[in-house]
Amino acid sequence: MKITICIGSSCHLKGSRQIVEGLQALVKEHGLEDKVEMGGRFCMGDCQNGVCLTVDDQKFSLKPEDVQAFFEKEILPKV
Amino acid sequence: MRIFDTNVQKLKYEVLREVVRHAYADNLQEAYLDIPKTIAPGPEPTMRCCIYKERAIAAERVKLAMGGEKGDKNIIKIIDIACDECPVSTYQVTDMCRGCLAHRCEAACPRGAFSFDRNLKAHIDPARCVECGRCASVCPYNAIVSRKRPCEVACKVKAIHMDERKIAKIDEEKCTSCGACVYMCPFGAPVDKSFILDAIRMLRESNEKGGPRVYGVVAPSIISQFRYAKVGQVITAMKKMGFFSVVEAAMGADMVAWHEAQELAEKGFLTSSCCPAFVHYVETEFPNLKEHISTNLSPMAMIAKYIKDSDPDCKIIFVGPCTAKKAEVQKERVRQYVDCALTFEELQALIDGQDIDISKLEEDVLDNASYYGRIFARSGGVSDAVAEAVYEQNLNFTVKALPCDGIEACRMALLKASHGAKDFNFIEGMACNGGCIGGAGCLTHGPKDKGEIDRYGMEAMEKRISDTITSAP
Repeated sequence: MKITICIGSSCHLKGSRQIVEGLQALVKEHGLEDKVEMGGRFCMGDCQNGVCLTVDDQKFSLKPEDVQAFFEKEILPKV
Repeated sequence: MRIFDTNVQKLKYEVLREVVRHAYADNLQEAYLDIPKTIAPGPEPTMRCCIYKERAIAAERVKLAMGGEKGDKNIIKIIDIACDECPVSTYQVTDMCRGCLAHRCEAACPRGAFSFDRNLKAHIDPARCVECGRCASVCPYNAIVSRKRPCEVACKVKAIHMDERKIAKIDEEKCTSCGACVYMCPFGAPVDKSFILDAIRMLRESNEKGGPRVYGVVAPSIISQFRYAKVGQVITAMKKMGFFSVVEAAMGADMVAWHEAQELAEKGFLTSSCCPAFVHYVETEFPNLKEHISTNLSPMAMIAKYIKDSDPDCKIIFVGPCTAKKAEVQKERVRQYVDCALTFEELQALIDGQDIDISKLEEDVLDNASYYGRIFARSGGVSDAVAEAVYEQNLNFTVKALPCDGIEACRMALLKASHGAKDFNFIEGMACNGGCIGGAGCLTHGPKDKGEIDRYGMEAMEKRISDTITSAP
């Protein structure tokens, strides 16, 4: 599974670093380093609603405080 | 507010702007021969002896603005007919000489070049003078002046000489492409070639034909440029022109500092590699120290590599204060990451050539780097950042940095290093005075630039280098 997080200026200011750190910690905690690949991208074109990210080809918008819930709903069941 | 420091810069800009206009009107191939008439409309000359000379010089400028000769690698070119063949004598005794008794000039001269006439006034024998300047510094009347050509004075690596017609010539091996002569020559004879047409082609292909996305990488020295507008407005203008996204080169600087700290701790002695003019200088003048140049890419290339890893088919255009970057992007190791390098002067022409009024635009955001990445733009910044990166990574190493402000300071440090007499273990080499903020491709140079860089650094959301490193998975 590949998670791509927007780290462009706009998303950076909305907390993309906290999301990257949060997801990395959760991936590690669940021992999924081999199954989940993470990458950055500068601008994914949808800057209005929180930080953009894609899980494989599916698009999401996320706030830093929702990382845990997002991980449990969208990542954990699918790996 | 005045955009440029000098009229020579303005002339270069006007030529570039016309080239941009015609490129976008798709008639450059027919119209480029007419640009000189737009630049020098006549009937009276405003810059030279006659309008025909003005136009002939403008025609040469148009060629260089369109990329110059194909296959010619050197970035800095001399327009022969623009060179004013300034007087070549160096130290001269002026009318201020009062024919004193002390003759400190004679005592200071190591070569016995002084003689005195009946009125005790001094004369210098040009055949004996070695241009040390000691006489000028001891004369209490300041009667002895250096009349060296501005281009030669500017070129601290001594790559400029006169040919037999007294026209400036560049030693292309020695030339570091720093652009100091371009900025200093009062007649605008040395010019940096422009690749602005490459940039326009990439932007138009992306916008009009669905070609690869174009990313802009902008140097942190932008903060002391575009004084009539906010940085965020410049970013909006760039996106209007077709840049898909704009990223701080300073983010690459954070990455460089992080790796440079590790390399320094491992090797024990290192020079920085971010300034391409400095790197060229070490390679050509101090080949024995080549192995000590950091193996890091420059911040520009480092962030471009990251962007290309994330979006492999994209194009990347760097915008900064530096003419030597145009040479750096031709290097095999760099050209796979950066497709074109522009100066701030050229960005201004690109914006105005499309009649975009920056001051009326909304502000976009540009925020990718930490304080330390941003201060790379001024002398001492790399040293501070590397020391910080050593500290943040808990490396067991004490950095003794020597920040070298300008190529002469670099030379002194490199001389010491090659003789083994060094009380430092890291040379920060910056070819331009003040660091990148003193670059020849800047719109303006001012005494407050350094403070502005520090303030801009402090505005960064990320305070530590490690914040930037963890923010980029």
